[in-house]
Amino acid sequence: MATLATRRRPRSRGRVVANVVGVAVSVVMIFPVYWMLLTAVKPGSEILTYTPRFVTWHPSGSNFVRAVSSPHFLDALGNSVLVAFGTMVVALVLALLAAVAIARFRFYGRKAFVFVILVVQMVPLSALIIPIYLLLNSIDAVNTLGGVILTYLAFVLPFTIWTLRGFVAGVPAELEEAAMVDGCTRFQAFRKVVLPLVFPGLVATSIYALIQSWNEFIMAYVLLSDQDKETLPVWLVSFVTARGIDYGALMAGATMMAVPVVVFFAIIQRHVASGLTAGAVKG
Amino acid sequence: MSTQTEAPPIDAVGPPGTSAPRRRRRMTPRLVGYLLILPTVVVLAGVQGYPLVKLVLLSLQDLTQRELFSGLPAPYVGFANYQKVLTDPDFYVVVARTVVFTVVNVALTLLLATGVALVMRAASRWCRLLLTVVLICVWAMPQVVSTLVFNWLFDYEFGVVNWLLGRLPGVDMDNHDWYANAFSGFGVITLIVVWGAIPFAAITLYAGISQVPKELEEAARVDGASATQTFLRVTYPILRPIYTIVTVLSVIWDFQVFNQIWVARGSKPEPEYQTLGVYSFMRAFGVNEYSLGAAVAVVTVLLLLVFTVFYIRQSLRLGEID
Repeated sequence: MATLATRRRPRSRGRVVANVVGVAVSVVMIFPVYWMLLTAVKPGSEILTYTPRFVTWHPSGSNFVRAVSSPHFLDALGNSVLVAFGTMVVALVLALLAAVAIARFRFYGRKAFVFVILVVQMVPLSALIIPIYLLLNSIDAVNTLGGVILTYLAFVLPFTIWTLRGFVAGVPAELEEAAMVDGCTRFQAFRKVVLPLVFPGLVATSIYALIQSWNEFIMAYVLLSDQDKETLPVWLVSFVTARGIDYGALMAGATMMAVPVVVFFAIIQRHVASGLTAGAVKG
Repeated sequence: MSTQTEAPPIDAVGPPGTSAPRRRRRMTPRLVGYLLILPTVVVLAGVQGYPLVKLVLLSLQDLTQRELFSGLPAPYVGFANYQKVLTDPDFYVVVARTVVFTVVNVALTLLLATGVALVMRAASRWCRLLLTVVLICVWAMPQVVSTLVFNWLFDYEFGVVNWLLGRLPGVDMDNHDWYANAFSGFGVITLIVVWGAIPFAAITLYAGISQVPKELEEAARVDGASATQTFLRVTYPILRPIYTIVTVLSVIWDFQVFNQIWVARGSKPEPEYQTLGVYSFMRAFGVNEYSLGAAVAVVTVLLLLVFTVFYIRQSLRLGEID
């Protein structure tokens, strides 16, 4: 008994310390996010004060109204939605096909394909901006959303294929074979057995593609020069340079861009971590 | 892993296979495999393969605004661009700046993330949940947004940070411009990058740490090892593969950091704020020296190649298992 008691005390003291540190870390880490949200809902008179106000008792929507009604915001929002969903749908279809191929079929060059997928994932996007710009320029696709979607596929596809591969490989081949023994064609077996089982994987990877293309900045900045073609991140950055800094409206715009991402990201967070570190698990 | 929970009912439809489909089935798998990857191969060849080849070719040419608009082929100039880049003392300053920036950011990320992961393990469940929610929120913040928010926090006139530091006795931070000198400016940028990088590293490391058997660490403690010794000699070796992959990914990400610097400096980074990614971009699009920018980009890719190879080898190990 005595040993038990002495063992427990330092441990619970350690726990209290850990909790205090944990709360302190949480407060510091979340503060920028809180400050963004707070600034976005503060009335104008409380934003630029020499002594910052850490709460507001007069929340207002005026910053959001100014952001939404400023030039090209609605264009940017529409473009972002179009680009993000366009990239997502195309990436999903292509990635599912390719993931099934490398998880289920043995063909010459399969290893090479997997290798290329992984290499491509690591090529810095900033290195490819120049040739991609020239390529799209030569086919008159600069300043088109289609060109941007095509570009985004390049850096979304490898991750989605690699992650989906894991989901497809996780479905035992015996299930499919059983369905085929029972008379399903290969396609039916896939549609009725594999597809429902990889559905969570499809959701996870499609949200990933959605977020990536929603957030992307440099490519859109280079490829879309017309103001009415801008996506949200480009609009947000130009909002700073064009008209001095209206922090209230800027933070309102930032909030509108970030909140959907946070919500979606919370759903898929676990798959992103495990997708990126797949190699380490068995290493 | 999580997908194997339930097997849906398989409705047996259609007549049992005759001999003709069976023959077809035997010869198709390889062909089907090729057909399935074909669209991806086409897209990747178009937007990754071709540009990569083009990048190398471009670095051997001299492409200027004139060729860009007239469509005339740019003349080949051999390694002249590389010679120009590699004999430019500014280039080495940029490389050194990028390397230092990467080392500092990766080290800080790993150190702080390890701390957060250890706190998560030691804390109560409610506190762990709180930390997880905070980490996910931070992780999800778009880089452009978080940079703009940090610029607001560090605003020279109305920023919270200057006000907060000004509370300290003897510190006068009124109208202190953090970006006025590159050293403190990079301090802010480092903060933005590390803040955004901690969640992925901490959550991944915590996943690993929580798998380490408690008995091992307890045995070490019983044998008289200090907490630090236990971590370094028992916990860390077990987590080494995870540390390796997190380090490699962080290096790759931090080495090519662009958005944070670009946005923090209002789309016009001064020369002393240029890292390789920014330098290459400004060469190409700022002064229209596309070929020089391409040469810098090729050098960047080569410098990163070591880490890339490492990451791929690690990832392929999993591929070999099935």
